[in-house]
Amino acid sequence: MKTVIVVGNGMVGYKFCEKFVAKETNKDFKLIVFGDEPRPAYDRVHLSEFFENQDAKALEMAPAEWYTENGIELMVNERVTDINRDEKTITTANNRDFSYDYLVLATGSSAFVPPIKGVEKKGVFVYRTIEDLEGMLAYAALLKTKNPNAKAAVLGGGLLGLEAGKAVMDMGLEPHIVEFAPKLMPRQLDSRSSQVLQLKLESIGLHIHLSKATNQILGDKAITGMEFGEDDVLDVEMLIISAGIRPRDELGKSSGLKMGVRGGIVVDNKMQTSDENIYAIGEIALYNQMIYGLVAPGYEMATVAVDQITGNLENQMADEIDMSTKLKLIGVDVASFGEPFMPATKGHSVIFENKTQHLYKRINVSLDGKKLLGGILVGDATDYSMLHQIYLNGMPIPSDPSQLILPAGDGAASFGSAMDLPDTAVVCSCEAVTKGQVCCSVKDDGNETVKDVAKATKATTGCGGCKPMVTDLVNETLKSLGKVVKERICEHFDYSRQELYDIVKMKHIKDYDELLDTHGKGNGCEVCKPLAASLFASIFNETANKQDTIQDTNDRYLANIQRNGTYSVVPRVAGGEISPKQMIAMGRIAQKYDLYTKITGGQRIDMFGAQLHELPLIWEELIAEGFETGQAYGKSLRTVKSCVGSTWCRYGMDESVSFAIEIENRYKGIRSPHKFKGGVSGCIRECAEARGKDFGFIAVEGGWNVYIAGNGGATPKHALLLAEKVDKETAIKYVDRFLMYYIQTAQPLMRTAAWLDKLEGGIDYVKDVVINDCLGIVDQLDVEMQRLVDTYKCEWKEAIETPEIRAKYTHFVNSTEEDENIEFVSLRDQKMPAPWV
Amino acid sequence: MITSILKEYSLTALEQVTTWYKAAEITKFPKNGGACVKYKNKQIAVFNFTREGKWYACQNLCPHKMEMVLSRGMIGEDMGTPKVACPLHKNTFSLETGENLNGTLDAIATYPIKIEDGFVYIGFSE
Repeated sequence: MKTVIVVGNGMVGYKFCEKFVAKETNKDFKLIVFGDEPRPAYDRVHLSEFFENQDAKALEMAPAEWYTENGIELMVNERVTDINRDEKTITTANNRDFSYDYLVLATGSSAFVPPIKGVEKKGVFVYRTIEDLEGMLAYAALLKTKNPNAKAAVLGGGLLGLEAGKAVMDMGLEPHIVEFAPKLMPRQLDSRSSQVLQLKLESIGLHIHLSKATNQILGDKAITGMEFGEDDVLDVEMLIISAGIRPRDELGKSSGLKMGVRGGIVVDNKMQTSDENIYAIGEIALYNQMIYGLVAPGYEMATVAVDQITGNLENQMADEIDMSTKLKLIGVDVASFGEPFMPATKGHSVIFENKTQHLYKRINVSLDGKKLLGGILVGDATDYSMLHQIYLNGMPIPSDPSQLILPAGDGAASFGSAMDLPDTAVVCSCEAVTKGQVCCSVKDDGNETVKDVAKATKATTGCGGCKPMVTDLVNETLKSLGKVVKERICEHFDYSRQELYDIVKMKHIKDYDELLDTHGKGNGCEVCKPLAASLFASIFNETANKQDTIQDTNDRYLANIQRNGTYSVVPRVAGGEISPKQMIAMGRIAQKYDLYTKITGGQRIDMFGAQLHELPLIWEELIAEGFETGQAYGKSLRTVKSCVGSTWCRYGMDESVSFAIEIENRYKGIRSPHKFKGGVSGCIRECAEARGKDFGFIAVEGGWNVYIAGNGGATPKHALLLAEKVDKETAIKYVDRFLMYYIQTAQPLMRTAAWLDKLEGGIDYVKDVVINDCLGIVDQLDVEMQRLVDTYKCEWKEAIETPEIRAKYTHFVNSTEEDENIEFVSLRDQKMPAPWV
Repeated sequence: MITSILKEYSLTALEQVTTWYKAAEITKFPKNGGACVKYKNKQIAVFNFTREGKWYACQNLCPHKMEMVLSRGMIGEDMGTPKVACPLHKNTFSLETGENLNGTLDAIATYPIKIEDGFVYIGFSE
């Protein structure tokens, strides 16, 4: 048996192991892996996600057990210090010796720290490992306790630098990017695209400083600023260095392997170093006189090394390595492929730029106009996958290449479909999966979902950039086999929400178990249960109390669960109008139960920090004061925001407050695919922001303008005009119909804006349905909405008056004690939950 | 303090049970749903999975954000494995083994349960 030692347990070292254990011949080898970080390999490409969840486990490539299960000896926290090539042994920092038959060096790289005076000061970090990130988080938290407006800079405006800039934003510090070159991402972008990206980044709050050479870091012990030249100083209290990488090639140097002039261990196309028993892969390998700082080439190197060692000598590294990349930086798409820059002698560029929308697209086309040579996309990279494939496969392009990047006009199909690619086209470059493999996985192996195909082929499991294309391929292949690509709710129901809506309505099924028994299978789950609950509510106006265990926690307990498992309480304050007496009552109740209070974004008052057993007590008092539930917890109408209107405002055209109250009371309690909000403005000054809501009314000369499908949640949308200058009754009728139509046909958790986007014909079609009655359904929509309006019940009144429902509001079933796990800390004279660790 | 709460809970197999704690009458637990039982300094989520005709018990603590909320989660099934979904972020855990089914969180502790004379008993090994 031969021993293979892998030094380094990063992404590439891990990939070597994964490819190795997949080989039949691996039984003839023993694999030992050394890593000097305290944990097994993790996904460094997605390191910045650590700031969002601080969950190191989520980034793991495979858990420690994976190595054991596959017979690999993994030694973490063990640095290899020497190679004795004559003896074929290595020595670790703990002075232990191990002998090898083959040695694979995958030590990767470390952050390059430029020799700037003062760089050793406290508060200066590099952006490389989870430990680096943890150090930054701790330091930032400390800074903020002293100065809530503290600033932090990132040295380096490349890919990683911008990622680090986002990290700084997430930490709540004022972010500054300092770049030596006159443009951002100098390796990937040209000056114009850099300017577009800069505008976009500045619009979200990043400060960009280009052409800045840092002379020294200021401060006594800790950093207080950066000095670029005389009188050119940036005051910052923290600095993250992201100025590039340096191969960690010390082992190569000390053992006398052939090295590059500027570092890196020289390898040939077998990934062999100058010693035939030693291989080098990933960011220490100098191949074609280059270090490739991307994960895809690293993975390919790992595969080649595995093949070479296990005897498949034919697999060698390709001569040319594709350096294309697509990223989402701080929510901005940035991609470059092929040759992003190109001398004018080689071809022509087609450039589309729209600075108002922060868009830039450039493609480089060969002089004969037949081939795509490369390009840059900033702001919108949806075309990247297709363009990249056209480039990689040398596919023919349209005679007018601008069609490749200009938005398709009405009716025009965009150029090329994933199905046009040759079978040999590599669609997932991280895992080298071809279009043919994806399609075969569907056709021959019967995989019908992207998830299954990913499991079978590993496509999409690397950087994930190929997911849209793989999804297209899977769906198109299914269609070509005559299979219906179905929106299925979950494993328990082979129906879409729309189909289930019709079943529940037509068959008059009111009970979840009955629905599952007659039209589903198995025992249900957290996806289909609340969906069915929403249907029962939308169709029969059943309150959430009736089948409480199929409700999400908010509906189950009629309150919003908050971070520490306590709940918040929001009574309805229709239209935002509240009397002094009611305000006093709410204040008194909040004080009595020691609740944190805040005015919500929808003109209501939210009271936080109630424990389960306190909810009925609080509601009992609120109801006695004339309040009713605000359904702030449900997928239902939240609020109808209003301005002051003509009653008080000197500009008001009409009475927005009365209208808002009327409409809020009309739709209160109605369950829908997602939560929805309304707005009523008394004039076009739009103080109620009615066009930012799912439905809105604006008073104009001669009546009301009706808007629908604004808001959009995470993707904000302005509402679109449905009708102009109509009277109040007509306005209400149109919105009744629009809402009912939405409730009946939208997908689960789909907002009105997204629903309208997906609806063929868009706003014109909605007008046709609700105004012109092109489907002949408006009478039915009217009746159904009126029934929902007429059958409204206050769920909280029902809950406190029904002993069986009330009984569920205790933390323990066998004790009246409270949950002692809940901890509060104080904040501006109120309380808040203790922070998550 | 956080890790110390987590240490309170460890998977208990039926053969390890030394104490059967009489928790509450079965009528105290909702059908196809959960409720929380206090035992010494532990919080145990107990689920009456009526559709399966089985009962399950596990720690009430969600290991993701260390909040005592699992008893308020919805139960269901994932390819035949009974599970509970945390009400905070919908992490799902097997009610049989405690394994995190849709992520890489640590497994939660599960406990044996038995029903006698209309009462729910939870098995502990201390």
